[in-house]
Amino acid sequence: MTTTENTPTQEIGRDRRRKEDRRLITGRTRWTDNQALTGLLHISIVRSPFAHADIKGIDTSAAKQVPGVVAVYSAADLGADQVQLPCAWPITKDMKAPQRPALAGSRVNFAGEGVAVVVARSAAIAKDAAELVEVDYSELEPVLDMEEALKDGATLVHPEIGTNANAQWVFDSGEAGSGGSVAEALKKAESDDDQIIVRRRFRQQRLVPVFMEPRSTVVDPNAEQLTMWSSTQVPHILKTMLALTLGLPEHKIRVIAPDVGGGFGGKIAVAPEEVVTLLVAQKTGKPVKWTETRSESLLTAHHGRDQVQELAMSVTKDGRITGLDVRLIADMGAYLGLVGPGVPILGAFMFNAIYKIPAYRFDCTNVFTTKTLTDAYRGAGRPEATFGIERLMDEAALELGMEPLEFREKNWIKHEEFPFTTVSTLTYDTGNYEAATAQAKQMFDYDGLRREQQERRRRGDVKQLGIGISTFTEMCGLAPSRVLGSLDYGAGGWETASIRMQPTGKAEVVVGVSPHGQGHETAFSQIVADQLGVPFEDVEILHGDTQSSYKGLDTYGSRSLAVGGIAVVKAAEKVVEKAKPIAAHMLEASEGDLEFSGGKFTVKGTDKGVGIQDIALAVFAAHDYPEGIEPDIDAHATFDPENFSFPHGTHLCAVEVDTETGFVEMYKYVCVDDVGNVINPLIVEGQVHGGLAQGIAQALYEEAAYDDQGTLLSGTLVDYTLPSAADLISFDTANTTTASTTNPLGVKGVGEAGTIASTPAVVNSVLDAIRHLGVKDIDMPTTPYRVWTAIQNASGHAGRADEANVASPGAGLGSTARDMPEGGNL
Amino acid sequence: MIPAQFDYVRPTTVDEAVQALRDGGDDAKLLAGGQSLLPVLRLRMADPSLIIDLGGIPELKGVREEGNEVVVGAMTSHYDVTRDDTLRQHVALIGEATKTVADPQVRHRGTLGGALAHADPAGDLAAPALALDAQFVIAGSGGTRTVAAADFFEDYFTTAIGEGELLTEIRFPKYTGWGARYEKFNRVAQAWSIVAVAATVKVDGGKITDARIGLTNMAGTPVRARGVESALVGQSASEDTVRQAAQAAAEGTSPTADADAGSDYREHLARVLTGRAVLAAAG
Repeated sequence: MTTTENTPTQEIGRDRRRKEDRRLITGRTRWTDNQALTGLLHISIVRSPFAHADIKGIDTSAAKQVPGVVAVYSAADLGADQVQLPCAWPITKDMKAPQRPALAGSRVNFAGEGVAVVVARSAAIAKDAAELVEVDYSELEPVLDMEEALKDGATLVHPEIGTNANAQWVFDSGEAGSGGSVAEALKKAESDDDQIIVRRRFRQQRLVPVFMEPRSTVVDPNAEQLTMWSSTQVPHILKTMLALTLGLPEHKIRVIAPDVGGGFGGKIAVAPEEVVTLLVAQKTGKPVKWTETRSESLLTAHHGRDQVQELAMSVTKDGRITGLDVRLIADMGAYLGLVGPGVPILGAFMFNAIYKIPAYRFDCTNVFTTKTLTDAYRGAGRPEATFGIERLMDEAALELGMEPLEFREKNWIKHEEFPFTTVSTLTYDTGNYEAATAQAKQMFDYDGLRREQQERRRRGDVKQLGIGISTFTEMCGLAPSRVLGSLDYGAGGWETASIRMQPTGKAEVVVGVSPHGQGHETAFSQIVADQLGVPFEDVEILHGDTQSSYKGLDTYGSRSLAVGGIAVVKAAEKVVEKAKPIAAHMLEASEGDLEFSGGKFTVKGTDKGVGIQDIALAVFAAHDYPEGIEPDIDAHATFDPENFSFPHGTHLCAVEVDTETGFVEMYKYVCVDDVGNVINPLIVEGQVHGGLAQGIAQALYEEAAYDDQGTLLSGTLVDYTLPSAADLISFDTANTTTASTTNPLGVKGVGEAGTIASTPAVVNSVLDAIRHLGVKDIDMPTTPYRVWTAIQNASGHAGRADEANVASPGAGLGSTARDMPEGGNL
Repeated sequence: MIPAQFDYVRPTTVDEAVQALRDGGDDAKLLAGGQSLLPVLRLRMADPSLIIDLGGIPELKGVREEGNEVVVGAMTSHYDVTRDDTLRQHVALIGEATKTVADPQVRHRGTLGGALAHADPAGDLAAPALALDAQFVIAGSGGTRTVAAADFFEDYFTTAIGEGELLTEIRFPKYTGWGARYEKFNRVAQAWSIVAVAATVKVDGGKITDARIGLTNMAGTPVRARGVESALVGQSASEDTVRQAAQAAAEGTSPTADADAGSDYREHLARVLTGRAVLAAAG
C-alpha cells in the first residue's frame, strides 16, 4: 500500500458500487451495434453448412436482385481468400500454420465458415438475400476425432500442410535442470514396492465462451483515419494486427472498443468478420456494420478447452509425489486463432500446481480438426491443467487410501518456503495454502459434512452426499515481457497508463487495458483517488479508443489490475513527482522540505500547503512557475511486470447426487481465495461468483457437441445449457491475504480464479458421492444421464445403450428437432 | 432477431381472428405469447406470410367458474394462471405445472392456450390437461366445438385444431380438495422437460380414492398412466404402495432417445418421478 494508508478517506479496500453499472445495466450506452452512421450499410455472411467441402461455385444472381441489396461478394471479389489472419503465438519453430482466410475461397474447413457476403441497406434485407446465395459444395470427409486425426492415413483438414498435427511442445524438467527426469522417476517407481503409479485419462470437453453481447463491428472508411468500432477485448492488438495483416499504415487506423458486453477470452481475436467488414467498407466506400446473431456466435466465435489428457503420477505409499507425466492432445479446430496454439501450453506451468514435484514432463500435441477453432476462454490452459492435477490428486489419494486433503497438504509448498521456484521454472512469490485451507474447512464444516456423508451412506439414502476439493493456484497478470519472449509469443506483456490533470483539478486517466464488464472504471478510480488524494468522483477512466489510449495491450489473463493498475500507480507517482517543484515554488520552500499526503504538499513542520488540484490550475495558467521545467504535471507510465501473480485458494464443494435419477444438485460451495490486497471487495466477490458459475457450468452443464458430420449440435442457447442463478446456490466466499511482492499494490489477479478452481472441485464431489457404488469416472459435463448410466454400469446394469446421435441442428426447441430441415439457418 | 418478412394483423374479437385466418389461408400463423413461434421465426424454420396476433382480444383472457367447471381463456398468461385463486382451489395441478415453465419472463409472455395448441411433447401443460380431462373449446367459421383432451393431442405438434380454427377456452372439471404435484426433470431450470409427471390424487382417511396421472415427453403426445391410476385406487398413500404402483408408469409409452436421455432412461425416470409425484400430491 502507498501514500494514503491510515487516512480516513482511503478508497482502496472500499466496497464501492461500480460507477459504470448504471449505464451498462440500463443499456443507455454505446454498444457497437448502437452505432448509426449516415449511409450505413449492413452485411450478412453466407456460411457453410458443411464441415469440410470444396466450393465448386457460387451463384449470387438471385441475391443481387433483392431490392435494397447493394452488392454480393464472394471471397475472391474482396480478396478475402488471400488474407492470412494472424496467429501471434508460433509455439515452436516448426509449427504448421495453415492459411486462415477471412472468407473461404476454394474449401471450407468447418461448419459455419464464411464463403460470401451480402451488403444491403438494412440488416433484414441482407439476411433475406443471404438465403438466396447458392453455393455448390462438394463434400469432403470431416475430421472430428483428435486421436484419429493423428493416425497415418487420416483425412487431412489442410492437405497442403501434409499433417493434422499443428505442433508438439515439450517441457522436461530433467532437460531444463529444474527437476529430475520423469522417465527415470516412473521407471524407478515401477520397480519400487514402496511406490505406486496412478494413470488416468481425462477429457476436457469443448466449451463456448458465451458472452452477453454478441460480436459486432462497424467500419467507417471515410473518417480521417479508417475507423473500426468493434466489440473486442483487444482494440490495440486489433489495430496493429489489421495493419500487419492487410498492409495498411497503422497510423491511418483507429480502433474503438466502446462498452463491450463480456468477452471471457472469446473476444481476443482478429476475427474474419472484422476483416470482412473492413474490406466491404473499403470496397463500397461506405460505413458498414456487421452484427452477429446468437446462433452465429455459438457456431463461429472461437470455442475453448477441448483436450485429451493422459496423466501418470508416481507417488510413494506414504504419499509423496515423485513424478508427474502429462501428455495432452489439444484440438485447435480448423485454424489457428490469435493465441490458440499457446493456450494449452500455458497449462505446462500449472500442472504442478501448488505441489512440490521433483520430476515433471509436459508434452502437448495440437491437432487440426474440421471444427470451429479454439482459443482463449476464461483461464486459458490453466483450468485444463488445474482440472487434470486436482482430479489426479483425488485419484492418487484414493489409491493410497489417504484423506484427499491430507495428501494434498503432504505435497504442497509450505508458507515458510516462499518464494518457491517450481519444477516448471516459475517462482511463486507468496502464498499460504495452510491458511486458506484451514479457513475453508472451517466455513464448510468439513468434518461435519464428512460425518453426514457417512451417515447417508450407512442409511443408503437416495440422495448421497459428495465432497470435492480443489486447492489451486494459477499464473496470471500476463505477463513479464521477457517470459513471453522466451515462449515465442508475438508481443510483450507491459501495460500503460496516462494521467491528464484538468485545469479544474479533475483527473482523466487513460488506460491501455480494455474493460468489458470487469469494473475497471471503479477500481482504477479508487487507486487514483488514493494516489493523488483527490475525490473518487473527480477521476474519469478513459479506455478502448486508440486515439485517446494510443498504447496498450488490452485485457485478458487477469492482467488489468496486476499490470494495468500498476501502470496507473506509476503514472500517479510521476504526476506527484512533476508537481513537486511547482509546489515548492508556490510555497516558497525547498523540495526537500515538502511531503505529499492526502492530495496535498505541505512544508514539514508547518501548516503551509498546496493541493495537487490547485497545482493543476496553476500550471494551466502558467503565470508563475519555476524556470527550466515545463508547466505540466500530466504523466504517462509503462509497467512491465517482473513476474506473474499467483492467486491461490481452497475450494470445497458438496453436492447431492440423486442415485435414482442421476441428478446432481449443488449443496454447499465454499471458497477462500488469496488474491493479495483487495482494491474493491465487491468487485472481487463479483469476479469470484461469475468465475465459479462458469467453472461449475463446465463440470455440470455445458458442452459444445458435434454430430458425426461435424455439425454443431449446440447451436442455440436452448441446446447449449448455460446455467442461470436458478441452477446454482449461494456461494460462501472469503479471502485470505498474502500480499504479492511483485507489485507495489500487493495485488494478484482475480478474473479467472473462480473458473480455474471450481471445475475439479465439483467433479470430485460428484464422484465422491457415488464412488462407493462402484463408479470410477464420468466425463464432463456430468449430466444426469451420464451419472445414472455410470451408476447402472457400475452395478452391472446396461445403460445408455440407445443413446443415438438423434439430435439435429436446432434440436432442443422443445422437441421440434424431428421436423427441422438439415442445417437450419442462423 | 431477423425473421423472414410477414404481414401482421391484430384482431380485437374472436370473430375477427377467425376471419383473418380464413383470409390468410394456409400460410397464416397465430401468435399467442410467442414463446414457441418467435424462436422458430428467428431460426427461419417457418416463414408465414401472415401473423395474426391474438394479444388484443379481451374475451380470450381470464379465469372464471361455470358450475362444476373452471374455464380458462386461451390467452391467459402462465403468470396469471399461477396466481389465480379459483384455479388454485379447484384445479391445483395446472398451477403446479405452470410454475415450472421456463423462467419468469417466459411465464409473463407465454399463454396456456398457446402452449397447448403448440403441443410440444416436452411442453409442461399438455400432460396436466390430459390428466385433468380438460375440454378444449375451438372456434371456427361454423361456430365453436368442444374436444376432449384425450382427442385433442393427436401427434407431435399436432392437435385437433383444424384449418381456420383457433383455441378459445380450456375447461377444467373441478378437483376441489385433491392434492397435486408436477414432478419435472430437466437439466437446467429454464430447459424443457426430459420427462415430467403430472399427478393429482384424492386422499380420504389415508387412502387414495382417486388418481389422475399424465406424463410429459414419454411419447409424441402426453400419455395417461392409467395402469398406475387404477393400481393406486384403494391403496394407502404409503411410500411402498405408491412406488409399487408407479412401476407401471412407463407402460404404453414410446419415449424418444436423444443426447439428454435414452428411452430406457426416460422409462426409468417416468417410474421414479411418478412415485415421487404421487407421494407429494398425497402428502
